[in-house]
Amino acid sequence: MSLPAFAALLERLAFTPGRNAKLALLRHWFATQPDPDRGVGLAALTGELSLSAAKPALVRELAASRSDPVLFDLSYDYVGDLAETVALIWVPRAGVNAPPPSLAEVVEALETTAKAELPSLIAGWLDTLDANGRLALIKLVTGGLRVGISARLAKTALAEWAGEDVGAIEEVWHGLTVPYLDLFAWLEKRGPQPDARDLPVFRPLMLAHPLEEPDLAALDPAAHRAEWKWDGIRVQLSATGGGRRLWSRGAEDISAGFPEIISAMDFRAVLDGELLVVRDGEVAPFADLQQRLNRKVVSAKMQAAHPVGVRLYDILFDGEEDLRALPFDERRARLEAWFARVKPARMDLSAQIAFASVEQLGAIRDGARAAAIEGLMIKRADSLYVPGRTKGLWWKWKRAPLGVDAVLMYAQRGHGKRSSYYSDYTFGLWRPDGQGGEELVPIGKAYSGYTDQELLWLDRWIRNHTTARFGPVREVEKGLVLEVIFDAAQRSGRHKSGVALRFPRIARIRADKPAEEADKLATLEAMIVGEEA
Amino acid sequence: MRVTPQGLWCEPGDFFIDPVRAVPHAVITHGHSDHARPDHGAVLATPETLAIMTQRMGEGRAGVTQQELRYGEGVVRNGVSIRLVPAGHVLGSAQVVLDWQGSRIVISGDYKRRLDPTCTLFEPVECDVFVTEATFALPVFHHPPASAEVGRLLESVRLFPDRAHLIGVYALGKCQRLIMLLRQAGWDRPIWLHGGLLAMCELYGRFGLDLGDLRPVPMPAKRGGGGLLAGEIVLAPTGAEATPWVRRLAEPVICAASGWMRVRQRAKAKGVELPLIVSDHADWEELLQTVEEVRAPEVWVTHGRDDALVYAMGLRGVKGRALHLLGRGEEDEALEAPAAPEQTPGAGDMAAEPGAERERGAGGADA
Repeated sequence: MSLPAFAALLERLAFTPGRNAKLALLRHWFATQPDPDRGVGLAALTGELSLSAAKPALVRELAASRSDPVLFDLSYDYVGDLAETVALIWVPRAGVNAPPPSLAEVVEALETTAKAELPSLIAGWLDTLDANGRLALIKLVTGGLRVGISARLAKTALAEWAGEDVGAIEEVWHGLTVPYLDLFAWLEKRGPQPDARDLPVFRPLMLAHPLEEPDLAALDPAAHRAEWKWDGIRVQLSATGGGRRLWSRGAEDISAGFPEIISAMDFRAVLDGELLVVRDGEVAPFADLQQRLNRKVVSAKMQAAHPVGVRLYDILFDGEEDLRALPFDERRARLEAWFARVKPARMDLSAQIAFASVEQLGAIRDGARAAAIEGLMIKRADSLYVPGRTKGLWWKWKRAPLGVDAVLMYAQRGHGKRSSYYSDYTFGLWRPDGQGGEELVPIGKAYSGYTDQELLWLDRWIRNHTTARFGPVREVEKGLVLEVIFDAAQRSGRHKSGVALRFPRIARIRADKPAEEADKLATLEAMIVGEEA
Repeated sequence: MRVTPQGLWCEPGDFFIDPVRAVPHAVITHGHSDHARPDHGAVLATPETLAIMTQRMGEGRAGVTQQELRYGEGVVRNGVSIRLVPAGHVLGSAQVVLDWQGSRIVISGDYKRRLDPTCTLFEPVECDVFVTEATFALPVFHHPPASAEVGRLLESVRLFPDRAHLIGVYALGKCQRLIMLLRQAGWDRPIWLHGGLLAMCELYGRFGLDLGDLRPVPMPAKRGGGGLLAGEIVLAPTGAEATPWVRRLAEPVICAASGWMRVRQRAKAKGVELPLIVSDHADWEELLQTVEEVRAPEVWVTHGRDDALVYAMGLRGVKGRALHLLGRGEEDEALEAPAAPEQTPGAGDMAAEPGAERERGAGGADA
């Protein structure tokens, strides 16, 4: 019964918005499914299973052999998704009473079955399944399975179920093979922790705490080191005898999207750094890097237009030698020595910023206006490299956010716990309407920053000042001013206003301020960095 | 029989069936508001439907005069004989069987073919013209057994004992059927109801249906308080999950019970966390089975996916005709919510919201 069980899990995950509920569903599944099926399922959930035995056309032909073409087209038109249409329209052959296949059976059979026999194999399975099971099977065999959860979440659930640290799972994860029998044996205390051997596995990253006012006072300048906090994506470069990988912060393998980095990794080391678009030594704004993210393949043209490099923060392994138990200062010395020796292409060192006092550091932070700088990183000189976010070792001190007073234009209901609240806000600024007057143009959307009390207040205000409704969205009277803060403003061709905000959030409700006195778009445009005014 | 702006009109008998506007003489198949409208002159329907109409519309608006006709009984009006036969949709739902000068037409209203303890099972009647709905007339609609869907609900209740399970239902029919399905599955705990559902459940009780221990959802201890009814099952009119009313419940799992939940996009658009496919309409196979059983050479389709059904009947040698009746498939909760005895400050929102959702056609018809 395991494919139906897996299908039921996928179905629930697809509709469950809450992280905790997703974790509960996953834990339950790991606890109740047998080997090797739960391992195959885990691979499917974490995106490690790449089956594409059947083309969508094959599935379509199968459905055509069982249904009327006119009715199929009407149905497809209505449902909008081919796999789902086939799953729903499929009429099982009468008299089939074979049990549905297990996940492991499906994967194994797909690997060993000749292409010509695939259609009858798949049709036979479809006959044994209900609509949910058929949908899962079709998505699985065509390689179109989108689970809607991150690999990290699946591993977190696994860790919670087993009472292990998720970091310990990450450390061994990329040395494992489907169906992870040794992993489950270890997690169920039936075997030793699997050994990642010489593979370029992901090592859990050390993270920083936001620096608040009280922490600042306790900061001893002599015992801390400062660097810029760059606005790219945090990466780990892992090059061992077993291969080369570029890992994202969330342990996703993003090697394929950045082949130029991989080819530059002609060394054996594990490094921590920031992936950035760099042109002539200048770091480009985040929006530039965004063009390169979430791509499976990347053209030469894209590589040339958005050249990437890595600014190195730390070194975890030099060759086979694990440096994580060394204090930061010693690791930094090793990093500098390693860099001088290896001279890797497309990489440089994150500069250290000298400072004698917290006040001086504050001035340095406030003086930074480059679009690619988010603020400062402050690291204790004696901090070991420990996974996760341990308070008091590394701090991030973002520079003061920018802000505008914007007018609330639309509100949308949230999801999960917030589904009865209008919690997502679209706001705008004034600009000339070309006819001597002024009009509001939306500049962004925010769904955080407010307190629970403010959310209640906003929700009530929105319900009482609605002028139009579009599905879950309400248009409201243009009468409420919100103080919106954000980390940066960037030029954008994709937004009506021509400006995109980085991390916008609601700082305050300005019920005291008349909407006419909200800011003008020109005020925001003046905050864009990296172009001539 | 003619299609007029008011709805289906029986010319020799001079009466309408489920007219969308007030008319002098109306025969009503069942109490859903897209079939039963207020302010007709004389209304002919089953005793159950008349009681439902009176409750929903108030004394005086459910027909100036009411004439009860029990299942199987007949009356003659202007030479047209009228008989009501169970349709299996909701309590009191009936097919209207009309005989005139040796030919027979059956107007089936909304119907389903499955056993439902809250109403009498559909009875096929052979006829010359069969008038059918087509709400779920696409081969993608195959309703799974309702007991299996309720099984999924109970499994979820076990898995999330710290959360309330809130199921959006129609006040008439779906609500009571779901309660009975839960009782049949062994759920003998109290079932908690939104104020807008209580009256209709009491009415079902007066007609002899034992729904077990039903209780109104309590007010939170203090204004704005929440966390109520963890581990319990709560029923509310569809749309209540988007109103402040819902905040009193313990981190509710939002469920919906409808045939539309079969299609993911539909369920997603509703923001439902646990879609349950429980329908009071015939699915694709049941529509075709019914058409075959009534042996009518001609079938008229009132509303729904008439294109697919007419086509499929054509393949079977049955002549189909799409009537495109207006105002169907929009069972409108907004009509009844204001009258509901809902005692909270949020009641105003409750009244406005579900109707507004429906206006935009987000979820489509009662299902």
